[in-house]
Amino acid sequence: MLRRLVPHPLLSVTLLLVWLGLVNKVTPGNLILGAGFGLVVPMLTAAYWPDRPRIRNPLAVLEFVLIVLWDIVVANVQVALILLFRPEAKIRSVWICVPIELTSAEAITVLAGTITMTPGTVSATLSADATSILVHALDTDDPDAVRDQIKSRYERRLKEIFP
Amino acid sequence: MSLVGEFLIALALVISGIFGFVGSFGLVRLKNTLQRLHAPTKATTLGVGGMLIASMIWFYVEKDQFSFHELLITMFLFLTAPVTAHFIAKVYMLQSLRKEDLPDTKGPHGWSVYEDAPQGPPKP
Repeated sequence: MLRRLVPHPLLSVTLLLVWLGLVNKVTPGNLILGAGFGLVVPMLTAAYWPDRPRIRNPLAVLEFVLIVLWDIVVANVQVALILLFRPEAKIRSVWICVPIELTSAEAITVLAGTITMTPGTVSATLSADATSILVHALDTDDPDAVRDQIKSRYERRLKEIFP
Repeated sequence: MSLVGEFLIALALVISGIFGFVGSFGLVRLKNTLQRLHAPTKATTLGVGGMLIASMIWFYVEKDQFSFHELLITMFLFLTAPVTAHFIAKVYMLQSLRKEDLPDTKGPHGWSVYEDAPQGPPKP
């Protein structure tokens, strides 16, 4: 019963939060309207959401977000220094193949997005069977270290979040 | 407006300006399309991020209210920016690179730009 009423609980919560953010004021009326959207929209669009991602550990999500934000700040400074002071010929850009063990589409999407948003690396494409990501690194002398960092820092945590 | 608030807003704006500038500068300076792709990811993260933080502090200090709009902008940027970068990279690979220019996938299948998924397209 609850399952039919709220087919996609995460989507419902997201819709409510986005609505409250858009109106920018938490009042009882807005809360009810947002909750209404959270109930109606997932019901109407349930057919387009065949898989429902489950999040195992909300605390791990928070940890992941904080770590990514911190990495973005650090990497921004590193890339800025490279762009400003490194002579053109000395920027060593390389392709890196990162094998991934994640299987759910949501987890792979989050990983690829994270790689792109941290400056210095851009995820370019996946292999046809989705078992590795092709990453372009702006400047590195040790491609293996970049690969290991992506695996140990991001992928390991995502494995804990998405079952 | 309190002095501390003003100072924090100025700091955030300066950081935002510096990284916005470096991002655009990188776009002009780098020669290779894929290297250029790295510049906008910087501008959207710390460049826009600094400005949004400044805006949030201003609303908090001046209007005495908490503004959620900045958090939403951050969220939408983080959702859309990687998709754009991914598309640009794929188009560039299709037009200017060959399979041999890329490293091996270390698996039975090649990169998805040049090869279809093993099971064919996903069922609707």
